[in-house]
Amino acid sequence: MPKGLLGIKVGMTQIFNDKGELIPVTAVEAGPCQVIQKKTVEKDGYNAIQVGFMEIDERKVNKPMKGHFKKAGTKMYRYVREFRVDNPDEYEVGQEIKVDIFSEGDKVDVVGTSKGKGFAGGIKRHGFKRGPSSHGSRYHRRPGSLGAKGPARVFKGRKMPGHKGVERVTIQNLEVIKSDAEKNLLLLKGSIPGPKKGLVIIKEAIKAPQQG
Amino acid sequence: MDLIKIVEQEYMKKEIPDFRVGDTVRVDFKVIEGNRERIQPFEGIVIKRQGSGVRETFTVRRISYGVAVERTFPLHSPCVADIKVIRRGKVRRAKLYYLRQRTGKAAKVKSLT
Repeated sequence: MPKGLLGIKVGMTQIFNDKGELIPVTAVEAGPCQVIQKKTVEKDGYNAIQVGFMEIDERKVNKPMKGHFKKAGTKMYRYVREFRVDNPDEYEVGQEIKVDIFSEGDKVDVVGTSKGKGFAGGIKRHGFKRGPSSHGSRYHRRPGSLGAKGPARVFKGRKMPGHKGVERVTIQNLEVIKSDAEKNLLLLKGSIPGPKKGLVIIKEAIKAPQQG
Repeated sequence: MDLIKIVEQEYMKKEIPDFRVGDTVRVDFKVIEGNRERIQPFEGIVIKRQGSGVRETFTVRRISYGVAVERTFPLHSPCVADIKVIRRGKVRRAKLYYLRQRTGKAAKVKSLT
């Protein structure tokens, strides 16, 4: 059964494991999420559950969403997202999902929106090599040739300078170092996309190596 | 930002001996060789303390067989078993990088009396 949770990135720090090694971790304030709607193949064409995260005041919710929350009989939430599940009947509308669905040692995938970098050149955006800085090269951070002379045009998909960041990024197979149900806190090994206070979706890893 | 502090609190040492930049200290560092544990002492002058929370580190400088050695330890690491202050130093700087340019008697830190 795939499991998922919504969370807010808190920030990064490092902790020591029992061997005394330093581990870089990202703290995520995850859940509790409440199931708002169940979607089924018969009715919606696919199986999923819809969950809400981060309670907000009723005044801040627009009318259509207010009706949606009222119908489910749940509280009002800032973020509403869906998770595909095999069998939505395992869930109840109004059910709370907490961090304890993940335990220490689990592998998870984290989806977030990366930090905006503005208009970036080829070096920063695509990892191009740069030209020599000196010896009169006069060719420093330019992208180089855009292609052959023959086609007399530039092919689609040519890597060029442009806007970088603010896109959906998934980081796969992050290890759960700690899951604290009391504080709704999740410690993940390594970095995750997005700024502090950014929304992240935490899912069970789809490519996690099989045990044994 | 507060939540990060709460996370870090758990991994921080409760008691840390009061030592400052300029002090001469002996650090007992735990070394794991295979399945044997051994304590390796390192004695020298603290030339900097850096960072905050669990991420705080300190650097100790010593002259060993005529070669200067600087080692940086994470303050809250379980491998740093003990820190003993041997001598208090009188310094007017937070980072004693100037010691690197000096040798012999000039590289000494005055004792705090």
